[in-house]
Amino acid sequence: MDCQDGIDPVAHEGDGVVTLPVPAREHLVVIGNGMAGCRAVEEILARDGGRYRITILGAEPRVNYNRIMLSPVLAGEKSFDDIVINDAAWYADNAIDLVSGDPAMAINRAAKTVVTRQGRTIGYDKLLIATGSDPFIIPVPGKDLPGVISFRDMDDVDTMLAAAAQGGSAVVIGGGLLGLEAAHGLTLRGMKVTVIHLMDTLMERQLDEAAGWLLKNALEARGQTILTGANTEAILGTDKVEGVRLKDGREIPASLVVMAVGIRPATALAREAGLAVGRGIVVDDHMVTSDPDVLAVGECVEHDGQVYGLVAPLWDMCRSLADGLTERHSGYRGSVTSTKLKVAGLDVFSAGDFSGGEGCEDIVLRDAARGIYKRVVVRDDRVIGAVLYGDTADGGWYFDLLKRGEDIGAIRDMLIFGQAFAAGGGALDPKAAVAALSDDAEVCGCNGVSKGQVVSCIAKGAHSLDAVRATCKASASCGSCTGLVESLLALTLGDEVEAGPKTMCKCTSFTHDDVRREIVAQDMRSIPEVMHKLNWASPEGCASCRPALNYYLLCALPGEYKDDQRSRFVNERLHANIQKDGTYSVVPRMWGGLTNPRELRAIADVVEKYDAPMVKVTGGQRLDIFGIRKEDLPAVWADLNAAGMVSGHAYGKSLRTVKTCVGSQWCRFGTQDSTGLGVRIEQMTWGSWMPHKFKIAASGCPRNCAEATIKDFGVVCVDSGYELHVGGNGGIHVRVTDLLCKVATEQEALDYCAAFIQLYREEARYLERTAPWVARVGVDYVKSRIVEDDAGREALRGRFLFSQQFMQDDPWARRAAGEDADLHQHMAEVRPVEYVA
Amino acid sequence: MTQYSQTGTWLDIGPVDQIPQGRARTLPVRGGVEIAVFHTMDNQFYALANQCPHKQGPLSQGIVHGSVVTCPLHNWNISLKTGKALGEDEGCVPTIPLKVEAGRLFLLREAVVPAPAKAAA
Repeated sequence: MDCQDGIDPVAHEGDGVVTLPVPAREHLVVIGNGMAGCRAVEEILARDGGRYRITILGAEPRVNYNRIMLSPVLAGEKSFDDIVINDAAWYADNAIDLVSGDPAMAINRAAKTVVTRQGRTIGYDKLLIATGSDPFIIPVPGKDLPGVISFRDMDDVDTMLAAAAQGGSAVVIGGGLLGLEAAHGLTLRGMKVTVIHLMDTLMERQLDEAAGWLLKNALEARGQTILTGANTEAILGTDKVEGVRLKDGREIPASLVVMAVGIRPATALAREAGLAVGRGIVVDDHMVTSDPDVLAVGECVEHDGQVYGLVAPLWDMCRSLADGLTERHSGYRGSVTSTKLKVAGLDVFSAGDFSGGEGCEDIVLRDAARGIYKRVVVRDDRVIGAVLYGDTADGGWYFDLLKRGEDIGAIRDMLIFGQAFAAGGGALDPKAAVAALSDDAEVCGCNGVSKGQVVSCIAKGAHSLDAVRATCKASASCGSCTGLVESLLALTLGDEVEAGPKTMCKCTSFTHDDVRREIVAQDMRSIPEVMHKLNWASPEGCASCRPALNYYLLCALPGEYKDDQRSRFVNERLHANIQKDGTYSVVPRMWGGLTNPRELRAIADVVEKYDAPMVKVTGGQRLDIFGIRKEDLPAVWADLNAAGMVSGHAYGKSLRTVKTCVGSQWCRFGTQDSTGLGVRIEQMTWGSWMPHKFKIAASGCPRNCAEATIKDFGVVCVDSGYELHVGGNGGIHVRVTDLLCKVATEQEALDYCAAFIQLYREEARYLERTAPWVARVGVDYVKSRIVEDDAGREALRGRFLFSQQFMQDDPWARRAAGEDADLHQHMAEVRPVEYVA
Repeated sequence: MTQYSQTGTWLDIGPVDQIPQGRARTLPVRGGVEIAVFHTMDNQFYALANQCPHKQGPLSQGIVHGSVVTCPLHNWNISLKTGKALGEDEGCVPTIPLKVEAGRLFLLREAVVPAPAKAAA
């Protein structure tokens, strides 16, 4: 390559320091032939082309190319030549010396030289470090096997293409942008791809839970297997990679493993040279390091505590650097980043802060039919963040509003519909915009209802949202046009709009009944899916709707739905009752209230061993051990399990206890074996999750010592059989049961009990006890389903027993065996020096 | 609330993957107040004193939604970012400056460790 001064500044191996004649110009040496290094050089050349003599050192044996475009190369959409930014002619035209395929190994700041792997020693006046970042390799066994690669440079792409040519399976570790792009490319190249992602949400740094769920669904529809919440334990294989084993024991065969779990700034050179290095190489506003003659730019730097991994901030840095080096001080002020990308042909955009919180309001638009999710985060009438999925056309506009900090108060109501709508025709009042719609305009896309039809339906007496939904069906499906229908109600009726039934919570315009019906009708399978398809107004729901949705899904999909622990109240998550001091009480199950010396000894031992301050007999005929710390719960349960006892579910919206009297076995008035019946009922019903707590009692005669007539389900034995009572409870509003019917045999009592519980499980609203439920629907309705409809009762009973086979699995035993240990153990303990003695 | 300088000593409390998303874990402090460290669904980490300003309920045991935790005792909603009670309720719980670096969590020591007892001084 031509050298400006007629001197080869690139020494040959073993030559030692090359002594140059006093150069006419200062020598700028750039370590890194990547996007940042070359862009910085371009910016410098553009400002003052003759100022520096420039040498660029590159580790790869190639000219400068666009690393971001490796994905299209992998996918077969582009060739290497297409993604070259600066070809050999550029280096020649600008008299730049390119030393490629020979990485810099050391910087000697005293001598102002750089030494390369091949032994070249190059002197500099100004040094620019643009080493970028290194892929992070997770330290698992097998990480060094042939066939385990990262996705960082052209060599990686070549390896992937060679593997894909052989067909077979690939595993991509990491469900971030890079990992998903690798997975997409490998899928297009014909490999069977599994993506393993540690977090529960794909691309969790760019997307919120809802958008991540949409992305996961779409990728699965394209044939990829996506495992979220999956932790890699080891990479398998002897001579080359053969598969991946997860911490949960699953093994996935693969002939190629791509690690794309993240990058870290490549700072080793700078650190060894004694430059200030934090997370990245520390630079000032002009990208100058702690040595005034050494600069750094790109992914390897840390500016004002921030490290950047996207291309836009990098361009900003290069401008500031070039301004500084050519004495036009502007200074880098940090960058607000946005991400707009296409993953497997799916549009995704995010910008700013979308973690929500104090003073932030979320404006959410979900259009399930078109697969669109938009969320704009607003604080003090300023856009501070946005997440878009499916339709990212307005991403640039939101990003612009965000960067300029523009007051969006005036267009707030229309903000979410995008720039065209918000700016359109000066119709700044949403009501005016609705009024301006023609009668033919479609209001509800799901049910094909026009504005005219909605208005006429309102005129005919549908004076509430619910009434409109019931009559013309507008907004009755996905609910995304609820706002429009409400505007039409307000326009047509003025103040006469009737408030509808209570919605589930502030996150939705739907009622509990609506949500349940749609979960079943649309076969929804996860909480994010429900929130998306029913247009939830908050991204993750709240502490009211999450537990309700979790229950509805659990009830609708026995054996299939994976219980979401994060949507459980503390008692159901910790399988014990939290007390006011943060300790827990533990109630082991005693079937029908019966116990024996072995159980009593085990309980007594636990009380002593864990120093429980109180033991109490409960109203449901159990023993309650108080004052157990959450860390001790698994050990307590292990001790109780060892004596044959399981969880008493005294903490759950579930079957609590079956209370009994001693019945015909001992009592001189007893008519039937109420104790035995109680035990059998409890064995049938324990472990089932319900809308609310559920208590049962069986009394051996009408004296009713077990108080069966204030229970959710009560049996009162009589000479001729069993009276079955439903819908009672104690509590604030005591309600005595309604008599359901009388049956002749114990088996019938059990069958009717199972059917009644299932009817309650399927139809009551979450947190509605049987008492208000029976009062609401009427005992006659319950009779019509349980007593008068034999086939229906059998079906209900069958569904209950089917569900029970998955529920009767002692949660205490699983915890005692180590499941969810993080819920119990402290992550660490802080012992300040003055306390360690 | 006490303002802490961000330039103090940072205590390494371990790798981020100790806390599953949407959950919290506890960190007892000898001679001080137990800390709850949260990992939200959108992958943010926060540390707060593990006691609700209302009746000292263990916030670490609440349901996390967005950057809010609902106290398990009486359903107060507490902002994980500011420690302030949201909605109609009023109160504030101390927050502890936290940073994530190289996959590990760090808490500002000055905010974690109680000042030495005055008697010793």
